[in-house]
Amino acid sequence: MSDPSGAGELDTLVVEGLARHFGRRRAVSQVSFACRRGSIVGLLGPNGAGKSTLLAMLATLLRPTSGTIRYGSLATIAGGAGRTGATAADLRRRIGMLGHDLFLYPDLTARENLAFFAALYGAGDARRAAHRALERAALADRGDDPVSSFSRGMRQRVALERALIQDPPLLLLDEPFTGLDDRSVAALMRRLSGLREDGRILLVATHDLDLVEGLFDEAVFLRDGRVVELASQPRALRALYQGVMARGRS
Amino acid sequence: MSFLRVSWLVFRKDLTVEVRSFEILATSIFFAVSAVLFFAVAFVQEGRALDGAAPGILWIAVAFAGTLALGRTFERERQAETLQALLLAPADRPAIYVGKLLGIVTLLVTTEVVLLPLIAYLFQAPLFARAGWLAAVLLAGTVGYCAVGTLFAAMLVRVRSRDVLLPVLLYPITIPVIIAGVRATSVLLEPELDVAMIRFWLSLMAAYDVVFITLALWSFEPLMTE
Repeated sequence: MSDPSGAGELDTLVVEGLARHFGRRRAVSQVSFACRRGSIVGLLGPNGAGKSTLLAMLATLLRPTSGTIRYGSLATIAGGAGRTGATAADLRRRIGMLGHDLFLYPDLTARENLAFFAALYGAGDARRAAHRALERAALADRGDDPVSSFSRGMRQRVALERALIQDPPLLLLDEPFTGLDDRSVAALMRRLSGLREDGRILLVATHDLDLVEGLFDEAVFLRDGRVVELASQPRALRALYQGVMARGRS
Repeated sequence: MSFLRVSWLVFRKDLTVEVRSFEILATSIFFAVSAVLFFAVAFVQEGRALDGAAPGILWIAVAFAGTLALGRTFERERQAETLQALLLAPADRPAIYVGKLLGIVTLLVTTEVVLLPLIAYLFQAPLFARAGWLAAVLLAGTVGYCAVGTLFAAMLVRVRSRDVLLPVLLYPITIPVIIAGVRATSVLLEPELDVAMIRFWLSLMAAYDVVFITLALWSFEPLMTE
């Protein structure tokens, strides 16, 4: 992704020894992995494995207790030492996040939601940015309806475009397939593959393993906050997952 | 993105959501009006109100309605995790605080506009005799109350017992501004206006506002990152 500010480029994401403790509980411990531009990395693990905490740290919503996150040559966040490189605002501008709860205001229309976030990210013409996003979501004809009247699949499409409104090179997705029907899953898979081809880094936390077969370039298997396996070009994902988790228990 | 632009965007978004749902304003007004009517039943005997009751009742109704509005405003941000989306934006986080504060102050001032004629009528209180001074007193007190309340409501948004904790934390800290509001309103209802006394109470409230808004702007970013 090009960097108009010249502050550095977010072409890789490298996580080294990352840990986050809540009191005495270790939500994430000694997690290390790397992602390159134009790849989709799956964060796989059971509930409580630390996937959402890891995404929150990568999104700058949580400070790591220890370890480092290197956002290419753009910035580095180190537990205890804070951030170096780009400002917090410059870094956040390059990160898009789609949470499990979609981050949309149900009482606002899809157009108002997108225009609000476009303006918040500094778009010169927020209404135009919102209109383009609605077209990408194939919802231009429903743009003036409140989000509360949308199906889960339609809300998901709006939410994904909300996360992409500032054209970020890094996209973090937390359980993006939850509650979607087969058609919506297929459409989301196509969209994510398209974003990979654009040269973005995508991190997808999920446990819908049957839905994401063949999507990931890399997979990070997490259990109890630790990485138990890293796999490149993972295939037969459910069998692989079950084997890895069984080994993790033994 | 300038600080004021972010505050304006958040404020305008909150108002648009409220205009669509009318949820917080309707419940706050209903709650405040109910409280005033209950007090009227207790304190108005044979058409005569208890002397000096009106200022206290006005500020109790404002404080209780304010707690309700503060809790609901952040509950709305929590339900779809939109607070996280705000915090992810490349905007000054204190600007988000200011936008939320302006929204809550607007809601509470609107509630006060409904309450004032009701209290003036039920308690035969000449609240509109010195309308300019009263507006200044109400605004200074409301801003101070909401400045602390907005910070606490944002801090407690992820705490399970937030509805219980908000008033427990908020009321002790806002006692000075509520007392100043009650005393200043009482002075305004005297037959002879004591301008020096009004200025004293207003200065106290203004100092409270400055101290707590400064503290909130300073602490909002680190509090919201954890």
